[in-house]
Amino acid sequence: MKPLDPRLLRYARATRAYLVVSVLLGTATAALILAQAWLLARLVDGAFLGGQGLAELSGLLLALGAVVVVRALVVWASELAAHRSSALVKSQLRSGLLERAVGQGPGWLRGQRTGDLATLATRGIDALDGYFSRYLPQLVLAVIVPVTVLLVVLGQDWLSALIIGLTLPLIPVFMILIGLQTRRHTDRQFRTLQLLAGYFLDVVAGLPTLKVFGRAKAQATTLREVTDTYRRATMGTLRIAFLSSLVLEMLATISVALVAVSVGLRLVSGGLDLRTALFVLVLAPEAYLPLRQVGANFHASAEGLTAAEQVFEVLDQPLPARGTRTDVPDPATTALEIRDLVVRYPDRDGPVVDGLSFTLEPGEVLAVVGASGSGKTTLLQVLLGFVAPGAGQVSVGGVDLADLDPDAWRSVIAWVPQRPHLFASTLDANIRLGRPDATDAEVARAVADAGLADLVAALPRGLQTVVGERGAGLSAGERQRVALARAFLRNAPLLLLDEPTSNLDGATEAVVLAAVQRLARGRTVLLTAHRPALLALADRVLRLDADVAAVEALQ
Amino acid sequence: MSATEAVHAPLRRTLALARPARGRLLLATVLGAAAVGAGIGLMATSAWLIARAAQQPPVLTLQVAIVGVRFFGISRGAFRYGERLVGHDAAFRLLARLRVTVYNKLEGLAPSGLPAFRQGDLLARLVDDVDALQDLLLRVLPQYGIALLAGAATVGLISWILPSAGLVLLVALLLAATLVPALTRGLARRSEQRQAAARGELSASVVDLLQGAPDLVAYGAAGVALARAAEADAELTQVAAATARTAGLGAGLTSLLGGLAVVGALATGIPAVRSGHLDGVLLAVLALTPLAAFELVVGLPSAAQALERVRQSAARVFGVLDTPEPLVDPADPAPLPDRAVAGEATVRVRGLTARWSAEAPLALDGVDLDLAPGRRVAVVGPSGSGKSTLAAVLLRFLPYEKGSVTLGGAALSTLAGDDVRTVVGLAAQDAHLFDSTLEENLRLARRDASPEQLRTALAEARLLDWVDTLPSGLDTRVGEHGARLSGGQRQRLGVARALLADFPVLVLDEPGEHLDTATADQLTADLLDATRGRSTLVITHRLRGLEAVDEIVVLAGGRVVERGTHDELLALGHRYAQSWTEERAHDRD
Repeated sequence: MKPLDPRLLRYARATRAYLVVSVLLGTATAALILAQAWLLARLVDGAFLGGQGLAELSGLLLALGAVVVVRALVVWASELAAHRSSALVKSQLRSGLLERAVGQGPGWLRGQRTGDLATLATRGIDALDGYFSRYLPQLVLAVIVPVTVLLVVLGQDWLSALIIGLTLPLIPVFMILIGLQTRRHTDRQFRTLQLLAGYFLDVVAGLPTLKVFGRAKAQATTLREVTDTYRRATMGTLRIAFLSSLVLEMLATISVALVAVSVGLRLVSGGLDLRTALFVLVLAPEAYLPLRQVGANFHASAEGLTAAEQVFEVLDQPLPARGTRTDVPDPATTALEIRDLVVRYPDRDGPVVDGLSFTLEPGEVLAVVGASGSGKTTLLQVLLGFVAPGAGQVSVGGVDLADLDPDAWRSVIAWVPQRPHLFASTLDANIRLGRPDATDAEVARAVADAGLADLVAALPRGLQTVVGERGAGLSAGERQRVALARAFLRNAPLLLLDEPTSNLDGATEAVVLAAVQRLARGRTVLLTAHRPALLALADRVLRLDADVAAVEALQ
Repeated sequence: MSATEAVHAPLRRTLALARPARGRLLLATVLGAAAVGAGIGLMATSAWLIARAAQQPPVLTLQVAIVGVRFFGISRGAFRYGERLVGHDAAFRLLARLRVTVYNKLEGLAPSGLPAFRQGDLLARLVDDVDALQDLLLRVLPQYGIALLAGAATVGLISWILPSAGLVLLVALLLAATLVPALTRGLARRSEQRQAAARGELSASVVDLLQGAPDLVAYGAAGVALARAAEADAELTQVAAATARTAGLGAGLTSLLGGLAVVGALATGIPAVRSGHLDGVLLAVLALTPLAAFELVVGLPSAAQALERVRQSAARVFGVLDTPEPLVDPADPAPLPDRAVAGEATVRVRGLTARWSAEAPLALDGVDLDLAPGRRVAVVGPSGSGKSTLAAVLLRFLPYEKGSVTLGGAALSTLAGDDVRTVVGLAAQDAHLFDSTLEENLRLARRDASPEQLRTALAEARLLDWVDTLPSGLDTRVGEHGARLSGGQRQRLGVARALLADFPVLVLDEPGEHLDTATADQLTADLLDATRGRSTLVITHRLRGLEAVDEIVVLAGGRVVERGTHDELLALGHRYAQSWTEERAHDRD
């Protein structure tokens, strides 16, 4: 893993400004460290060997005070920059991620991926906080400070510079060596540890089952044993894992001790003056500190980079090609032709739709039936432009769907999905989804047409009731009718219905069915159906089976 | 209980559980203090060594200081290593005790005493909370102990050299250890509320955008939703920028106090040297020691944060531990009737009334039921009609309010729950599969089952053919919650386990739940086959296959509304007949 992924600079431009600020603040920090050390050495030397009192040294003491204040300000500014940049970078990555995800379309955003992306865009990206506030600034300091200190010490006392110069590079070398050793060791133990770590949750979740079989009380002993095994196994791993920090600390402190003894002995022989010796002694630990911090914060960085990596994976995927024609033929007057349509999903073996051909005539109601998995919903996804055909063609009035601008094409469609999504907003906003500028009278018509009027009248806040994630729960039938109201308001010539009554009980089904019947009037309709009542609405039925796709006419 | 007590009681109780690890905790603290002390000692002795050396004494007089410098240089890392190992060991020991304590309590609560048992994520959070408590020994107590020990030693040393300098260091350290964390906490708390609101808004708009993407894109509204998410994002970023201003305050102030301690040491030390009260050699020690001493307080803010997290986790964990058990066994439980053990007892339910908690509505209201040896009864009805409540009462998971439930003549309330469950068994719709092998999951029901018995049970659940095709056979691992099996295989394994236990009375709770209709019907048919001749209560909302049972009881709103055989109920033409017709119509498509 690279300490700084170049894609971070590309996708989150705030990172660049932050790096510049970090380098500036890092340089200031290095200068202040030098100033502080020089002033300290000068003050002690002056009072001790020079016999100077507070009066003579007050200027230097004030200067030291000023350095201390400025250093505190730099520390504050560094934190400020880190937190602000972190927030900005997260925001830039998040908006990039969301735009790209929506740009890929609903066909790409399926199942598990939706939940994973939502988690990544909210909590997952937060892992970058640690990376920006703790790791990156230390990384910059770890480059600037040791080099500056080393050069300055070299100008003062080459022997101390040699000690520091020889031990400093050992730190990263040892870190890498131990890191590799630890990884090999932990990889071996990882599986066992994982099993043991999940054990408690597994047992607790299984308590009702254990009780049924009379094994719940006995399990407490096993639990104690397993936790003890976990402790021993983990301690074994930690004994090795902690070695890296042991070596880091040892290298840092031993070399400071070496410098101290070396300058001390040369002071005795008169080869060095006190001021230089103190200066070098104060500086020596500062050379190691940023490197130690980088090591200590390596964990925070790894989590942040993993999250960034997941974001980049999405951002790096190219967007599908989009058609550009906006002169969409009107499905109310022209037929929709499906020729030799084949659809495959990357995560499935065979094609979901294999060589399907049919024509949807203007003004007709066509019902598509077939067992679950026969590709009914997929067919609708293709017509909506959510999923691209693997082979074959869908055309309207002789124009290939792939050449049409998808948004322009969808503007002639009203779609009622199997499980409509209710947005965390008012009922009114949910119904206006496809036409935000509709008049209140139009919304009221749509509500009445969809059979929602009684429900709305029963709600104390009517259409202004908040629904969705944090709002009032609506039943499956009510959700379905909200989706129908959307479709009524949309007033589009082509209507796509995906099993609009599949999850409803008898009474609700009748209400929804009546609404569907009103909606279908005067429109071209393609619906997938399960129940006989829906089929009664159809002019024709298209039966999808594993191998054959046949259209039968109804009498 | 006073307010502060309410805040601190969970921490005190966690500490009480940690008592056996007391020695290790102390050792870790001493080792940690020694590590920090070695760092400070290294700076102090080095300063003395150099200052003394500048007077060019015979090298021999420096020997002790040289040894000291080397000792501190080497020992610091070793002390730190020891502290971390001992601290982790202590924390893991606490974890073992915590887990067993929580487990024993949960054992009494499961499954009806805790809503968490019906929601996996709540349970996972409880387990996370339990695991988080070990931080008290890992990231909180030693940190404060170390700061106290090493801080006192350092202030003592400096005071011994020059009391006024010691006072300056003491004040600076105290301010950094108490005032600075308090100030940052106070400031952070002010922005937390705004931040939480902004986070909630962002999360809602992101979930809407991604989960509602099909609806949004189809209706051309994706742009609006993206803009809404961007708006929530901008608000959160703005809050973060405001928080950033206070975030750096703690670190900046700590740095300032550390620097001022050095300035203060020089301001008191220089006149003391001039007036002859202080040996000039020691001035270097005074000036350089505070540089290293401030390492003491740097870790305290994160310790304070960890303390807050532990406190919240502890409050939640002990909240669960204080939940009263839903059902307490009688002090002197009656022995099981012999007939019950032999499988010749009738379960008799008369006027049964039960509810899930004191505030909940009645889930069962005056239910009568007889389950004679060898008979099979089905309980049907829509969800919420009380079917699962009946199972919970029979399994002695839930107490009943009124009426009577007897097993072979003995009232259920006079028997020990564990005894009842040796007679009445359950194949639950959400039976848990442990992350282990097929065989171990089966043997849960019967430790000493012979290979033939295992195979018979598998065959009865129609799972044997599949198991025989597996390369590892019964040693195949099932994965977390049986994730490596299909829904049908999971359900069948649960059933095979219940059959293997060979309970005299078996309750089958929605055996076809979570399965597609065809698989569910097949499983029900197989089960009705396998339970022929055993006392069985089948709970289901699906009616297909119920021609085979001896009696069907229709529940609605906790009451029995119809009862009889399949044919009788069809002839009756009421609720059962209606549902039957609807189900048939639905299946025909």
